[in-house]
Amino acid sequence: MANHAEALAPVFVPVARDRVALALAGVALLALVALPWALGGGASALARAIGGDGAYWPLLAAAVALAYAAWRGHDRASAAICAVALAWAFVHAFALGKTGPSFGIGAALTLGVLTAGLARSVARRGAFHGDATVATIVVVIAALLLVFIFFPVGKSLVAALFDAQGRFAPGLAAERLLSPDVWGLGCLSGGTRCGVAVNSALLATIVGLGSTAIGLVLALVVQRGGSRYSGVTRLMSILPIITPPFVLALALVVLFGRTGVVTGWLSDWFGIPRSRWLYGLPGVTIAQLLTFSPIAFMLLLGALQAISPALEEAAQTLRASRWRVFRTVTWPLLRPALANAFLLGFVESLADFGNPIVLAGNYEVLSTKIFFAVAGAQHDPGRAAALATVLLGLTLVAFWLQQRWIGRRSYVTVSGKGDGGIPAPLPRAVWLGCFGFAAAWIVFTLACYGIILAGGFVKDIGRGDMALHLGHFASGFGIDFSGGAPRFTGSAWNSLFTTIEVAAVAAPLTAAVGLLSAYVITRHDFAGRRAFEFLTMVSFAIPGTVIGVAYIVAFNVAPLELTGGMAILVLCFVFRNMPVGVRAGVAALAQIDKTLDEASSTLRASTVRTLTRVILPLLKPAIVATLVFSFTHAMTAVSAVIFLATAKYNLATVYIIGRVEAGEYPLAIAYSSVLIVFMLAVLLAVQAAVGEARLGRRSAAALTVGHS
Amino acid sequence: MTRKVSGEVVFEGVTKRYGDVRAVDDVSFRVADGELVTLLGPSGCGKTTTLRMVAGLEAVSQGRVLIGGEDVTLRAANERNVSMVFQSYALFPHMTVLENVCYGPVSMRASKDAARELAAAKLAMLGLTGFEKRLPSELSGGQQQRVAVARSLVLEPAVLLFDEPLSNLDAKLRRRVREEIRELQQQLQLTVLYVTHDQEEALAVSDTVIVMDAGRIAQQGTPQELYEAPNSRFLADFIGDANLIDGELTVTAAGASFAAGGVAAPVRAHGAKSGPATLALRPHELRVVAAGEGVLEGVCRRAAYLGSRVEYVVATPWGELLAFDGDVRGRRARDEAVGIAFDPRAAILVPRQETGNR
Repeated sequence: MANHAEALAPVFVPVARDRVALALAGVALLALVALPWALGGGASALARAIGGDGAYWPLLAAAVALAYAAWRGHDRASAAICAVALAWAFVHAFALGKTGPSFGIGAALTLGVLTAGLARSVARRGAFHGDATVATIVVVIAALLLVFIFFPVGKSLVAALFDAQGRFAPGLAAERLLSPDVWGLGCLSGGTRCGVAVNSALLATIVGLGSTAIGLVLALVVQRGGSRYSGVTRLMSILPIITPPFVLALALVVLFGRTGVVTGWLSDWFGIPRSRWLYGLPGVTIAQLLTFSPIAFMLLLGALQAISPALEEAAQTLRASRWRVFRTVTWPLLRPALANAFLLGFVESLADFGNPIVLAGNYEVLSTKIFFAVAGAQHDPGRAAALATVLLGLTLVAFWLQQRWIGRRSYVTVSGKGDGGIPAPLPRAVWLGCFGFAAAWIVFTLACYGIILAGGFVKDIGRGDMALHLGHFASGFGIDFSGGAPRFTGSAWNSLFTTIEVAAVAAPLTAAVGLLSAYVITRHDFAGRRAFEFLTMVSFAIPGTVIGVAYIVAFNVAPLELTGGMAILVLCFVFRNMPVGVRAGVAALAQIDKTLDEASSTLRASTVRTLTRVILPLLKPAIVATLVFSFTHAMTAVSAVIFLATAKYNLATVYIIGRVEAGEYPLAIAYSSVLIVFMLAVLLAVQAAVGEARLGRRSAAALTVGHS
Repeated sequence: MTRKVSGEVVFEGVTKRYGDVRAVDDVSFRVADGELVTLLGPSGCGKTTTLRMVAGLEAVSQGRVLIGGEDVTLRAANERNVSMVFQSYALFPHMTVLENVCYGPVSMRASKDAARELAAAKLAMLGLTGFEKRLPSELSGGQQQRVAVARSLVLEPAVLLFDEPLSNLDAKLRRRVREEIRELQQQLQLTVLYVTHDQEEALAVSDTVIVMDAGRIAQQGTPQELYEAPNSRFLADFIGDANLIDGELTVTAAGASFAAGGVAAPVRAHGAKSGPATLALRPHELRVVAAGEGVLEGVCRRAAYLGSRVEYVVATPWGELLAFDGDVRGRRARDEAVGIAFDPRAAILVPRQETGNR
């Protein structure tokens, strides 16, 4: 560490005794002496040491030594003590593995404090330009990411190398990764079925192309049609936020399934026979198009609005026809955004779990296949891990292509103050075609949402029994007022309360971790800043199913045994949604002049004071946007948490999927409508409280930026 | 107001590297206590980096910075007895004027009442009483600038730094504010380091001007010294306008003469020796006279009427010379044959060895 510090020299080194480190040492001692070390209560580290487990004495000694070193201002010694104690705690715990205790509250506090102490003392030796606050933020967040993203994902990928009995089997791994079940192309030549990876890639390609095309048509109509259609923008910016990912698949089943409403009409009036055409590629494709085209729309609308009308006007004054203007100016400028939208749709489709699980039928895709490998009768974590590796690989290739092709190539032609001017009208035929299609698509989308919102109120929407009926809401959300205090007797209450609780706990943590990361990334220069930025963003590229498998594999044994509890749900949401907070924070901080930090600093404010008095108040819109996003996202997510939810801590989405699998469509639909209405209410309430214009723009921006 | 700490600033061989680029290259200077020193130079010359190293906003790569005799090279910005007025003012947009000015004292753990008292005194000094409750966005540019000054004065720092404080003000206001800054500095005996790229501003407010070029100090002196005895071509050209003529200096017992393009004219040598030399002639020192009446003969190429003077470009054997002539009534016409006259004492001989570009 000393060499490192000298390499960074000269730096600002504070001179005083380190009171904060002293306090940290105190907290560590307290945790070691008084708090239960292991999960589920029990003895503290001190009690364990006295009880004969000698492995805990070094930790106690380290805490005492840290206090002394902090008192004397021996920063190098503090750093060494923290590093050695941390290494000892982890090595000891992992060496014991399954046979040892799992880290509990005492261990978590001790390890956290030691990490912070390490960061501080390294900073006081000169790293991070001597800024202990920045050092603590960076090191603690990096440590959390290593533990909760890289460790589980890494461990689950390694799990692919072992067979069901836990024996090392590289041959089996190769077989799993390369088997025709995964990569087979039989469907092209007819006869047999294609491999699951090929299925996923085919679906993702169709959805990528389709959602881009639909998004472009809608964006053209909205942008060229003027403010008349701003309602469409609003709808499209809100729908993806409040919709659980299987809702549109449910709507399609109810409308077009074998006993669906529309199928019934077609059969009665035109004699078209009822069939199961929906289940498989067609149904999943339509559902994913409905789900993901709003995202492509927002992205492409942004791109269209970034094309200065003056360019098109210039082309017009050069005697170009409408068609020529579109073909030679508008289209080429749009191309990077189109490629971006395609890859986004591709990646979203690959990662999607909710729609395939409802609609895919015999058309197997990676995300659901992974789930059944873990949850199904076969229970083969090695196979799940192998499939997760394939899914992760496909996703990373798509992200790599995105960075490589279009990461830097964006044409922003509106700079600073707008030129004014009006976008050129589209060629008449194109306009009519676009308008007609857009109108039809919007009607279709609204019909899907309509049937979900209304479907819970009839007897059995799944079989076309349309008699008014409130029984589904009563069984799901019944409240018994008979005994004085109301009792929540409905079967859905338990999961709904858990979901709200988890989302409400995760949201502020997500915002804190994300925005603090954004702050150090944008405002401070330190060795490894780029690597840190990559660390904070990388979880976005990991599909939820992969994270779910990884958490199951990594966190079901000591020393990090978390499965079955509520904490793992919260942690999963925090680290999955964190990149959105980082993006929102980076974007918002770019708007805040850095001289404000410098002014604060020259006015003798510490980094903490600058952060709390200057930066955070100015970041308020980004904070609210991140809170809303992570809350709603935690409410609607399925893919990762379906692996982690339990009967005791069940989540709304997982409960609904369970009802769907049991064929209880009416209850599933009633519950979905409750979720959608609840989230819409939350969103509208926050918008009303914060000022609508600001948040609407921010949250949409955070969403599209976050996904790209 | 109690104990006045010394604001002497000393730079000892300070270098700032960004990768391979030396933004500031082995710079040494001293700002005496109570003095206003300006760092002047074209953009990218390292003047702002130098200022930020005094503030502690940039780390020094090599060398030492001393404030009040104390080595502060390794101190962070919030541990230095220095305040700064930023080019953008950097007022906290979410705080009122009073909260902005109170920010420093509260950072120093003053009580709320003490902070308010200090702030009120400084606001009164700058004529901002009555604006306490306003947000920065509700003030004019000039008022924002005063708030920024009040905010940095409130801690009574040993050194006050100004980073191009006038560049966001309109031309008329600029003149007034710079006079106010100078007055304030004299009245409070402040030690001030002031960065600007505007040479007129530098000449107007400074005790000493340090001209920087390409990360080094090009020349240092009082405004008068810099204007009347620039030590290089760069300086003669940068401070005020100058016609620069390369030629030959001949010094004899009778006097000195400067020759170029086959025409010689008498000059004052100021101790220079015979040999190749560069002559700097300020345009306002040149008079455009009738043909045959000047030291140089020429043809008027352009004459632009500016009300208080006429700006001529005259083609002469010494090249095209720029001349500002106050005789607006006897204006010469284009293509008229004219003469150029100047006082030998106005001719500045610039040392030749400094002319090369680094």
